[in-house]
Amino acid sequence: MSELSTLLPILWGGFCTTLAIFALTLLFSIPLGLLVAVLKMSRYRIIRYPVSFYISVMRGTPLLLQIVAIYFGSYYLSEYAGVDFSFDRFPAVIVAFSINYAAYFAEIFRGGIQSIPKGQYEAAYMLGLTRAQTFYRIILPQVVKRVVPASANEVITLVKDTSLAQVIAVTELFALAKKQQAAYASIYPLFVAGVFYYVANLLLSMVFAYVERKLNYYK
Amino acid sequence: MDFATDQSVINKDASQNAASPILEVKHLKKSFGDLHVLKDISLELNAGEVLSIIGPSGSGKSTLLRCLTQLETFEAGEVRVDGKDMVIPGSCNGGNIKYAPAKILREIRLSTGLVFQNFNLFPHLTVLQNLTLAPIRVLGVAREDARETGRRLLKQMGLEGKEKSYPCELSGGQQQRVSIARALALKPKILFFDEPTSALDPELTGEVLKIIKQLAEDRMTMVIVTHEMAFARDVANKVLFMDQGIVVEQGTPEFVFNQSQNKRLSAFLERFSRT
Repeated sequence: MSELSTLLPILWGGFCTTLAIFALTLLFSIPLGLLVAVLKMSRYRIIRYPVSFYISVMRGTPLLLQIVAIYFGSYYLSEYAGVDFSFDRFPAVIVAFSINYAAYFAEIFRGGIQSIPKGQYEAAYMLGLTRAQTFYRIILPQVVKRVVPASANEVITLVKDTSLAQVIAVTELFALAKKQQAAYASIYPLFVAGVFYYVANLLLSMVFAYVERKLNYYK
Repeated sequence: MDFATDQSVINKDASQNAASPILEVKHLKKSFGDLHVLKDISLELNAGEVLSIIGPSGSGKSTLLRCLTQLETFEAGEVRVDGKDMVIPGSCNGGNIKYAPAKILREIRLSTGLVFQNFNLFPHLTVLQNLTLAPIRVLGVAREDARETGRRLLKQMGLEGKEKSYPCELSGGQQQRVSIARALALKPKILFFDEPTSALDPELTGEVLKIIKQLAEDRMTMVIVTHEMAFARDVANKVLFMDQGIVVEQGTPEFVFNQSQNKRLSAFLERFSRT
C-alpha cells in the first residue's frame, strides 16, 4: 500500500490537468455549439454550407488528428506566413477540444431547437414577443430540457477523451499513469487512473440525473 | 349545458352603433403554389359582434384566420383592423402586394388575439406566467399589475387556484381556457378562434364554449372558426359559410341556418345534422 501513497499524489496532479481540459472545453464548446447550431439553421446558404463543412470535418476525422493539426499546423502556418505565432501545448489542446465538441453539441442543440413545435413560435408571435424574446424566453428553456440526456453522453465522453491530450505531450492523468507504469513495471497505475475516470463520471452521472429530475417539473 | 338562449344576441343587435366596422376584408386572395386556397373573400364585422365561420375541411377557413392574424401572407386584397390598413391601399393592383410598415403590422397584431386549436401554451411556464409574460415583456405592464389582471382573468375562466399549475397538469378544456385568458391579457380588440374545441373531448367542449358565450355577452368582438354548428348559430351575430375558398353564403344565423336556399350550404348542414 505504500506504493499507493506515492502514486496517488502523482496521479492527482495529472487529474487536475484532466479536469482543467474538461472544464475549459465545456466552457467554450457549449456557447460555441449553440452559435454553430443557430448558424447551421440559417436561411442563407453562404452561412449554412461552411458551417456544415466544419461540422462534417470535426465529426469525420479523429480528435487525435485535430489536436496534432492545431498544435503543429499553427506552428507551420505561422512560419509560412512569417508571423511569430504558435500555440503552446495546453492552449492547443483546449482549442482542438473546444471546436471538436462544439460540433457535436451543435448537432444536439439543433435537434433540440428543431423539435420545438411551430405552434410555440406562432403563439409567441401573436403575443408580440420579439424574435430574441421568443428564443430566450420560450424556445431555449424548452431546448435545455430536451438536450440534457444527449449532452450528458457527450460530457461523459469528454472526461475520457481528455486522455488524447498526451499526443502532444500534455501530462494529463493517463500520460502520467503510463509513465508510472514504466517505473513500476506494472499496469497497476493504469488501473488506479481508471478509477479516477470512473469516479469522476459517476459523480457527473449523478449530477445529470439530478438536473433531469429538476427539469421534470413539466412535460 | 344550454346554448340556445338567444337573449344575448338580441341585446347586441339592439345596442349596435353605426360606426365603421372594426374588421374589414376586401377581395382577399391567397394561394399555396398553384392551389388557390382563398379566391375572393370579403367580410365586415362591427365592434362587439361575433362572426362564426363554418364550412367543410379544406374550405380555407383556417387559412383565412391565419391571414387575418398575419401568420400567413396573402397575395391580393385589403384588410383593415380598427382603422389600420394591413396592406398599403391600392398596392395590390399590379399584383405585387405591399404590406404596411412593420410598426403598423405589430400594432395590428397586438390588437388581434388568436386562440389556437391545440392551445400552444408555453409548457415550461406556470399558468399565471403564461398570462403575464406578454403584458410584462411586450406592453411593459408592471409585474404586480399583470399578475393582478392574470388572476382576475383566471377567475373569469373558472380557473381560480390554478395559477401555479403547469399546463401539463390541466385538462384540455382547462388548457384552452388558459389560452383564451392569455390572449385576453393583451386586451385585444378582436379575438380570433381557430377551431377552439376540435382538440377536445365532447365533455370538455362545453366548458370552453360556455366561456366563449360569456365573452360574447360581454360584447367581445370575435371571429370563430368552428365545427360546432349549434354553437356557431347561437353565439354569432353573423355566420359565414365558406367552401372551396369562396364565401358561399353569409348573413344572420337565422338566414344562414334556416332560410338560405343555397345547395352547397344545405348539403353541408345536412351532413352535420346526420352526424
